[in-house]
Amino acid sequence: MVSYLLRRILATIPVMLFVAVFIFLLLRLTPGDPATIIAGDFANETQVAEIREKLGLDEPMVTQFFVWIGNMVQGDFGESFFYKKQVSDLIASRIEPTLSLSLLTIVLTVTIAVPMGTLAAYKQGSWLDRGIMGFSVLGFSLPVFVIGYALIYLFSIKLGWLPVQGYQRISDGVGGWLLRLLLPSLALAVIFVAFIARMTRTSVLEVLGEDYIRTARAKGQTETRVLLRHALRNAAVPIVTVIGLAFAILIGGVVVTESVFTLPGLGLLTVEAVLARDFPTIQAVILLFSFIYVLINLMIDVSYTLLDPRIRY
Amino acid sequence: MLHFVRRRFLAGAVSALVLGLGFQTVAGSAHAETTLRAVPHSGLKILDPIWTTAYISRNHGYMVYDTLFALDADGNVQPQMVDTVTTSDDGLTVTMTLRDGLSWHDGAPVTATDCVASINRWGSKDAMGQKMMSFVDTLEATDDKTITFKLNAPTGLVTLALAKPSSNVPFMMPERVAMTPSSEQISEFIGSGPFVFNDAEWEPGAKVVYEKFDAYVPRSEPASALAGGKIAKVDRVEWIPIRDHQQAVNALKAGEIDYIESAPHDLLPLLTGDENIDLVDINSAGNQYTFRFNILHPPFDDPKMRQALLYAFNQEDFLQAVIGDPDYYQTCKAMFGCGMPFETVAHMDGLLDSNFAKARELIAESGYDGTPIVLMHSTDLQVLTNLAPVAKDLMEAVGLNVDMQSMDWQTLVARRSKQDKPEDGGWNAFLTSWTAGDLFNPVAMAFLNSSCETALFGWPCDDQIEKLRDDFARATSPDDQMKIVEAVQARFVEYPTHIHLGQWKAPTAVRSNVSGVLDTGAAVFWNIAKE
Repeated sequence: MVSYLLRRILATIPVMLFVAVFIFLLLRLTPGDPATIIAGDFANETQVAEIREKLGLDEPMVTQFFVWIGNMVQGDFGESFFYKKQVSDLIASRIEPTLSLSLLTIVLTVTIAVPMGTLAAYKQGSWLDRGIMGFSVLGFSLPVFVIGYALIYLFSIKLGWLPVQGYQRISDGVGGWLLRLLLPSLALAVIFVAFIARMTRTSVLEVLGEDYIRTARAKGQTETRVLLRHALRNAAVPIVTVIGLAFAILIGGVVVTESVFTLPGLGLLTVEAVLARDFPTIQAVILLFSFIYVLINLMIDVSYTLLDPRIRY
Repeated sequence: MLHFVRRRFLAGAVSALVLGLGFQTVAGSAHAETTLRAVPHSGLKILDPIWTTAYISRNHGYMVYDTLFALDADGNVQPQMVDTVTTSDDGLTVTMTLRDGLSWHDGAPVTATDCVASINRWGSKDAMGQKMMSFVDTLEATDDKTITFKLNAPTGLVTLALAKPSSNVPFMMPERVAMTPSSEQISEFIGSGPFVFNDAEWEPGAKVVYEKFDAYVPRSEPASALAGGKIAKVDRVEWIPIRDHQQAVNALKAGEIDYIESAPHDLLPLLTGDENIDLVDINSAGNQYTFRFNILHPPFDDPKMRQALLYAFNQEDFLQAVIGDPDYYQTCKAMFGCGMPFETVAHMDGLLDSNFAKARELIAESGYDGTPIVLMHSTDLQVLTNLAPVAKDLMEAVGLNVDMQSMDWQTLVARRSKQDKPEDGGWNAFLTSWTAGDLFNPVAMAFLNSSCETALFGWPCDDQIEKLRDDFARATSPDDQMKIVEAVQARFVEYPTHIHLGQWKAPTAVRSNVSGVLDTGAAVFWNIAKE
């Protein structure tokens, strides 16, 4: 197991390196020059050139790449071209809203989707099954921003129960933190509930047809116990895989939700950095997202050994 | 059953605790009556208003820094940090004395030495500042409160330039800060303005916090545009950029914010019917749409082709396509803006009326061979997006072959600085917008600068326009300046550097408990009270 973990961790190095090269080249080859953006509308070519030199953008691309990688290896993610703050500080200040939103969304998703999917499988063919699957199709079909605006209209504008936008740090009060995250989490959760409920239904249905389920029932176990202890547990591997991937997608994919609800997280930071061509920030954030993705995949693989004793590495 | 009851009790208790805490937090924030929450027109990225010309950095500058002079509501130059200003009989010495009680946010007194360093830094960066400095032989602090300009020729430009209302505004900074080369950003944000920048609470891209500067000594005159007493009437101002216009409007309607600097025109119907919201004007002079030529390459290297578009275009089509509501736009043939000090329509007869026959005649005379004209179209800024399609339509109506290339604004910004041929990644034309404060006279108007290589992108090159701009800088009486302005317009018709496409404005939306918003041309927050 330890050697497996070490191998997997070592395997992340070439993956991260590939991502680093890819994002570096992508940014340099995309139109747009941070120096002209910083210089502003009235700047002449000399002033732009001065800024380009200050930022090191006048160096050959290969030199720029190795300087960046060299600094990264030493833990220096560089300084934002615009904010004149260390990128690591910027990310640190923005990670809480994104993690909070992702965690709350996953908690809501799992709490709602797994029972829904299990029930749908248990009541296969019933009106409940059809209703849940109908919701699932609807959830897939609606874009997050449409759900977001609809929720805002209802809960914020019409009923006045929840704030329209903004974020409150958890250190400033759990209530305010939760209150401001409820709408964005709900908006995001709809699509994941739809997906995971469907996945859960399929997995549980498959297991419910197995011999050991019939045996459990024959031994006189209650249906709740059959469902929870025998069916759901054996159906857990694909469900956990999907939940893990959903969490990884959430962290890197909350851009629209953070924009709609003005949550100052990594998604919003990425949008601003891309629009401003803030290379150091974009590079660091994308690398971070990739790292989280790789890490979550590793955690999912490790979790298999806990869920299914037959799996060994 | 007992389990069920216990569970329900626990769930209820948790809900009550969570919601209680939450509502307490929201209610708590509502009690902060002297905090004004504003949605600026964009996120603040750069804190040095001399290093960049971005309007959001200029507005930040007005919060933190003060100016020696300022324009009042009538467009007249008024002293601001300055107490008295005198000019010698020969017009070659200008002496300014600072008023009493001025201090920096760290408590140190403002001195003439600080101001001299600040003027030098601004003068090395800003186009109008550079022009002013070309008249200056020496600039010295002759004592703690006295600034002395020794000029090489009489000019009315010194106080006019120091009262420049828009980017780059000559903000005063402590000497140690102002000694930073203008090619580098400052790293300390100490000013002497009515608000103090709270660096610790700054969340880049998410929130900017300013606190009232208690030691600020405002002028005794009432506030008038950017001049007069700058009295901070709220304890704290928070800028919260909300990218999504609809969400900004929702937040204003819900009372979560108090002020939207630039309310989007298409959402105004949602605001006008709300009794809790007022629409006010902070920029009655407005903004001007502009079509910019690249004069380096055919076909716009030929003045006849540029004149053809002066005849082919009409302002109404552009303004209708973008703004739509006539309450928020006006056609204006005056180059230097309607309602501005140098408004005149001299020599503009027959232009900008979509006279297609005349335009075709000029195009034929120029020998245009049908080469595609690369028109850059920015797609991500709502107030610009619809301009290029209208231009394309009008250009095609007079027989031009237009290659409209769509891109985001920042790509356009990068590309417009390229002098390459259009087919090699350069360009022929694009459209943008300026605030009236940036184009109110021939020296300030950056697109009129016709100094060839050192001119702004588009690089017009004309000795006559440059001479007229110099003459304007030397003129000391308003009558003389007006005559020069008319001469500039006459030359502009012969040698168009750009085309002005009308004025527009966007209202500022505030909660009805907010009062005292000033019409300044920039979003400033002194004089604003919140009940």
